[in-house]
Amino acid sequence: MPADTVAVTGWGRTAPTAAQLIRPRSYQEAAAAVRECGTRGGIPRGLGRAYGDAAQNAGGAVLDMTALDRVHAIDVTEGTVLCDAGVSLHRLMELLLPLGWFVPVTPGTRYVTVGGAIGADIHGKNHHVSGSFARHVRSFELLTADGLVRTVAQGTPLFDATAGGMGLTGVILTAAVRLQPVETSLMSVDTERAADLDDLMARLTATDHRYRYSVAWIDLLARGAATGRAVLTRGDHAPLDALPARARRAPLAFRTPRLPAAPAVFPEGLLSRRTVGLFNELWFRKAPRARTGELQRMSTFFHPLDGVPHWNRVYGRGGFVQYQFVVGHGQEETLRRIVRRISERRCPSFLAVLKRFGEADPGWLSFPVPGWTLALDLPAGLPGLAGFLDELDDEVAAAGGRVYLAKDSRLRPELLTTMYPRLADFRALRADLDPRGVFTSDLSRRLAL
Amino acid sequence: MKDAFGLPQSLLVLGGTSEIALATARRLIARRTRTVWLAGRPSPALDRAATELRGLGAEVHTVAFDALEPEAHETALGKVFAEGDIDLVLLAFGVLGDQARDERDPASAVRVAQTNYTGAVSACLVAARALQAQGHGSLVVLSSVAGERARRANFIYGSSKAGLDAFAQGLGDALYGTGVHVMVVRPGFVRSKMTAGLPEAPLATTPEEVAAAVELGLRRRSETVWVPGALRVVMSALRHAPRAVFRRLPV
Repeated sequence: MPADTVAVTGWGRTAPTAAQLIRPRSYQEAAAAVRECGTRGGIPRGLGRAYGDAAQNAGGAVLDMTALDRVHAIDVTEGTVLCDAGVSLHRLMELLLPLGWFVPVTPGTRYVTVGGAIGADIHGKNHHVSGSFARHVRSFELLTADGLVRTVAQGTPLFDATAGGMGLTGVILTAAVRLQPVETSLMSVDTERAADLDDLMARLTATDHRYRYSVAWIDLLARGAATGRAVLTRGDHAPLDALPARARRAPLAFRTPRLPAAPAVFPEGLLSRRTVGLFNELWFRKAPRARTGELQRMSTFFHPLDGVPHWNRVYGRGGFVQYQFVVGHGQEETLRRIVRRISERRCPSFLAVLKRFGEADPGWLSFPVPGWTLALDLPAGLPGLAGFLDELDDEVAAAGGRVYLAKDSRLRPELLTTMYPRLADFRALRADLDPRGVFTSDLSRRLAL
Repeated sequence: MKDAFGLPQSLLVLGGTSEIALATARRLIARRTRTVWLAGRPSPALDRAATELRGLGAEVHTVAFDALEPEAHETALGKVFAEGDIDLVLLAFGVLGDQARDERDPASAVRVAQTNYTGAVSACLVAARALQAQGHGSLVVLSSVAGERARRANFIYGSSKAGLDAFAQGLGDALYGTGVHVMVVRPGFVRSKMTAGLPEAPLATTPEEVAAAVELGLRRRSETVWVPGALRVVMSALRHAPRAVFRRLPV
């Protein structure tokens, strides 16, 4: 088995640590890697899109699962797929779209694996309708610390500990996922502008239920009366009869434009308040005041950033942190206060996204709860950012909210039990299932998961 | 583990009574640091330092460590690393010596060299191996501008720091890509008990400013940090000054 010690980071490119990178090519090799991973343990890793240290394991083993990427069976009548955990959502889309099926949930990137999607219990723009990814997983096979492979069905404690469990219960080998039927590969999109945060929240509250997919981009550099101004994009899969005649010839074609990759070395400081402010102004002005029924490619609607490989490099050598939190309905005042604080601080963030979550998911450490979630990217080198985000954490925790572990790289461990009330159950199950702590990551060490 | 901003959760100080180290520890405890090991010769001062840091909310342990006994370093530091990961090792011990006396008494000059250089070589290597095994961590070495160019007034101390500085740079290169980060910190004249009574040099700084620079360097994953930053330029000029000129400079 090829093994090598390399420095590993998450997508945010902060806090590198060294680990032995093992790339199992069979279930047997994966089991051997788990059995032999030594005192510092191991952690599965997919395509490395977790922003922080969830798929790093300093001094131990990191199991790159992307070589286990077979699709075993597609049931086109029922709409299910059985595949290896290392298969990416991109690959699934390529295979399934021509058959009239789509993945049930996709985050802002197609380059996540099915295993990672379950481990982080990812959500998408359809959470208010469909919930998060694991809700659509019928069962999966889990390689546990004892070297055994267990079939884990939905509704069992091990399933709920693994959904959102950040890879700490074991290595997912295969999963059976229920799919979403679609008539075309195009999206019918409504776009509108919101003048400020209150306008935005009112629009989302009143009309979100009409759309399968819904998301708002917020301009966090806008101040004063325009604080929280935003562009809403919402829509659904376009039905066949909505397509113009020419497009109806190949309604299920999956096209993904790709621009050149961001250069390996990007000048730091290019993302200043001024440049980001200019970008935000243009982005807001460019959006139509109101437009309905626009046909967009899936890649444009769901994964605009996937068109630029290695876009994470634009933050330079210092990397970046993503801050995503959720506060429940009734805690709108906290959301307003946080948005105001970020705007007043003039943080150069051009990827700020607000969305409303639906029902909470059963995963013990799953992130979504019904309410409002805001996600933003920030250059890690901003002076005073560490303390500022700590203060925001306090507001979030006081409002009964939480931050998203798949994106975290800096939370205070003390706040975790407040944010995730089922952490005790998770710890107890892990102590039972993996008493030696074979499954360990930098995230689990940092937060004492 | 260190977080995205390079802030450590656990800290090992070699030279546990150093004012710069304690200022750094105080600063880091206010952020993420919860566990501190103070290594030094057992003394009331070491216990006082531990008590003070405990008062700030950290779990503080002391461990007997003597720079002049390199053969014991493996055991002393091994004990610390056996208790859990150390995210940051701060090498802060060192003596200034008394230049006039040390010139007359070679044995005491050698003691300066052994503390500042030989002892540090041994401690750094022991720490580096442990950090490499855990796959992460920073080793911050307190050097000095005095090591950048030896001057008449303190060349015994300066030469020992020059050796340490060169050693730490090489160690940093050796550990590049192993997940371990080595940072050399070169403060100028620091107002502390070590320099009490000495005439103050230009661009003098304080332990707190050095601590702030260490925190910034950790965030940036810097390899070299000058405190204050302006010294980088000043020392670059002084380093290239001809001997005959440098000798006469009032530095």
